[in-house]
Amino acid sequence: MDRHMPFILASYAICALVLAGVVVSTVLDHIRLKKALTRFPARDSDETGA
Amino acid sequence: MWKYANPANFLRLANALIPWLAVLTALLAAIGLYGAFITSPADYQQGQTVRIMYIHVPAAWLAMFCYATMAVSALGTLVWRHPLADAAQKAAAPLGAAFTFICLVTGSLWGKPMWGTWWVWDARLTSVLVLFLIYLGLIALWRTIEEPAKAAKAAAILTLVGAVNLPIIKFSVDWWNTLHQPASVIRIGGPAIHPSMLWPLLVMALAFTLLFVTLHLMATRNEILRRRLRRLTILAAHEEAPRASMAPAHGGA
Repeated sequence: MDRHMPFILASYAICALVLAGVVVSTVLDHIRLKKALTRFPARDSDETGA
Repeated sequence: MWKYANPANFLRLANALIPWLAVLTALLAAIGLYGAFITSPADYQQGQTVRIMYIHVPAAWLAMFCYATMAVSALGTLVWRHPLADAAQKAAAPLGAAFTFICLVTGSLWGKPMWGTWWVWDARLTSVLVLFLIYLGLIALWRTIEEPAKAAKAAAILTLVGAVNLPIIKFSVDWWNTLHQPASVIRIGGPAIHPSMLWPLLVMALAFTLLFVTLHLMATRNEILRRRLRRLTILAAHEEAPRASMAPAHGGA
């Protein structure tokens, strides 16, 4: 194994972790917002979130 | 083009595009990683550490691209006062901060084995750190100012002032002495990288760009829904207030 492998693996691991965190938080935020909006009665103009 | 600046049309377009863009991003990332780890050779000087380049360089490009997107959106907020421009700008800030963070950390992890140090206060590294701090400052600004219109204006002005940092980052390696290598892909005279390393780098850059576009569409969609939720909550509170004031008092004399 290359002696610099830990630096390479750490780089890819941190990159994957950060990007996965951004994706998951964005998806969870969307789910939370959609759930919160169901409390309000649907309006015609609001069908698509206008 | 302007048709999609309408929030309802934008949401329809975003909902249709996001799944396709996500699949395309994953496909390109898989091809790029295959090229980065399997087909591309080790560098004659840097050995295997050159593989960090395939995430470090795209992250650096996206850190700047994201800020440029925000600067254009800031103009949209200040000049045309378009609500979608502010939503797009606000949605891009955490993404830019994430890409800048990846750029800084992977650069540090690449610098240690190659330069013998995690960090130096030279022009390129410092100007990218400043970019990261600007992103954090903008996120803090949006969270601090409660009134959306005021927050949008303040953030747009700060974004445009901070845009002066972009040419400093780009040309810092030419203007000052630095440990960081000069541009080797986007330069006069063409790329200085061997094609066997160039194609995985460009594929990874495209994957990062598509990831940004996908996440930006998702985050802007969230921002539109958040504003709709805020509006409906305020409307509901206004509708409740007169009824509450007209209701008879209980337990009185």
